[in-house]
Amino acid sequence: MPIFKDKEYLRVDLDKEPDESLWMKCKSCGELVFKRRVRENNNICPSCGEYFFLTAVERIALLADEASFEDMTLPIAADDPLEFSDRKPYPDRVADAQARTGLGDAILIGRASIAGFPVVIGVMDFRFIGGSMGSVVGEQICHGMEAAIEDRRPFVLVSSSGGARVQEGLFSLLQMAKTVAVRAKMAEVGLPFISVMTYPTSGGVQASIASLGDVIIAERGAMIGFAGRRVIQNAMTQELPSHFQSDAFAFEHGAIDRVVGREGMRDELSSLLGFFVEAQ
Amino acid sequence: MSDERTLDLLEAKIEELRHLNAADGIDLSKEIERLKEKLDELRQDLYANLSDWERVKLARHPKRPYSLDYFDAIFTDFYELHGDRIEGDDRALLAGLARLDGQVVVVLGQQKGRSTEENKERFFGMTRPQGYRKARRAMQLAERFGFPVITLIDTPGAYPGLESEEANIGGAIAESLLTMSGLRVPIVAVVIGEGGSGGALAIGLADRVLMLENAVYTVISPESAAVILWKDKERMKEAAEALNLTAEHLHDLGLIDGVIPEPLGGAHKDFERTASALKDELVRQVAELAKWKAPDLVEERYRRYRKVGRYRDASLESG
Repeated sequence: MPIFKDKEYLRVDLDKEPDESLWMKCKSCGELVFKRRVRENNNICPSCGEYFFLTAVERIALLADEASFEDMTLPIAADDPLEFSDRKPYPDRVADAQARTGLGDAILIGRASIAGFPVVIGVMDFRFIGGSMGSVVGEQICHGMEAAIEDRRPFVLVSSSGGARVQEGLFSLLQMAKTVAVRAKMAEVGLPFISVMTYPTSGGVQASIASLGDVIIAERGAMIGFAGRRVIQNAMTQELPSHFQSDAFAFEHGAIDRVVGREGMRDELSSLLGFFVEAQ
Repeated sequence: MSDERTLDLLEAKIEELRHLNAADGIDLSKEIERLKEKLDELRQDLYANLSDWERVKLARHPKRPYSLDYFDAIFTDFYELHGDRIEGDDRALLAGLARLDGQVVVVLGQQKGRSTEENKERFFGMTRPQGYRKARRAMQLAERFGFPVITLIDTPGAYPGLESEEANIGGAIAESLLTMSGLRVPIVAVVIGEGGSGGALAIGLADRVLMLENAVYTVISPESAAVILWKDKERMKEAAEALNLTAEHLHDLGLIDGVIPEPLGGAHKDFERTASALKDELVRQVAELAKWKAPDLVEERYRRYRKVGRYRDASLESG
């Protein structure tokens, strides 16, 4: 499964005092920009428009109506069924990610409204072991879809994932089958599933749940694909176009419905949801 | 410990002696018998204690039987179906109608090549989007006519290339999984060699999942895991151990339903015996699943996948 290299990651907590460096240099345009300005601009560089990551919490703040998010993330955490250890034991890796992010694993699930439309939303967080899908992420996604079925709401999944979580071996791979099986239940009862792909949506996540949206919307700047660029180049020594696996590439080849800028995503979802459900 | 090549050499020498024995009228039969016993002993030693990495090598052994070998040995009247109706016919994933002990079935099998020439055509057994779309079409045909589906898995992975991504290979895998999760006929999947990640699972969502004894099934190849996790491409042996990718491990973990034994040294050492064991198991499983009504079958398959995963309760942890 491909794992993409971290892009410059920026997080400024507005509730706290800004850290000693008030300024950051944008890796894309090289400009020195005021961190707070970047944060207020949804983590988009005010100088060149480059997108930086959003945490799951920031993403929810961007999309959900104010104070509408009701956290329903299950209180479960990664187990270590293979007693896996590479350069670091897997439980330590998980504990580090938990401490760093304040999350239980790489996804948050909850009820929310988007411009008045009630939904269940799942948002992945790339900081947590590359947003990889292990047993916990798989279970949370299924839980989200089941809650959507229970409440008769659409399900919105915002993906940001390198793929399956290698440290859980075949348990991770089978989360692809598991999430797809529950997705089929949503279809049976006639509830819409909107898949939002952000940077990156790849590997086992792209090859399962994320690609099965009734409608698939990519955030501008998303990377979308199955096998990573390095994997393909190592295996095939193939020349790849510069826009390979970009939002434009996926759109051009018919893998997604639309590409939308971050600032317009909430309105986009609102327009789309309006075709399926009534606003409250 | 002797390696496989040494043992094969010894076996060839014994054969030579046998010819000499017959030709010259010198009686060497006692010596030959003794050597034969020694060979069996060495072989036992070698194969009884295979490391996980050695099993990976066995699963990829150039003499290992491939899907078409099993199709010939197990089914009568294999009638191949070609093409995905969109862009082409993947030669790395074969589909067709066949009879299993008289019962009409739809069979799918991932197929590697034996020669360089054949591998060019078969992309070294790596399935492309058109392969998964053909598989999906064949499964839907099976559903329309009530034929059970049998899939033989043997791939290093889905084909990682520009044209695969252009044709949305991830989407093709996802669609195949979705089709299998709701298919109203029995599905039996068998990993016969390499079960390489999403490219293998794409035809592996089934009511019964079996593995040949020396097959492997993994989320990532040990080589890639070594590079990505250990940052050292030489550590694939360690990665193979850590991934729990052998049939025995996966059976112990409750992730597969059964392990089909292979002769000492691997399926290729006695293909007829392996094929016959596989056939018996397929006949048994298909007969068992045939008793299910379609809605129960689909519901039971749903339950199987809904519960897969291991996590712990964290409700009492502060956080």
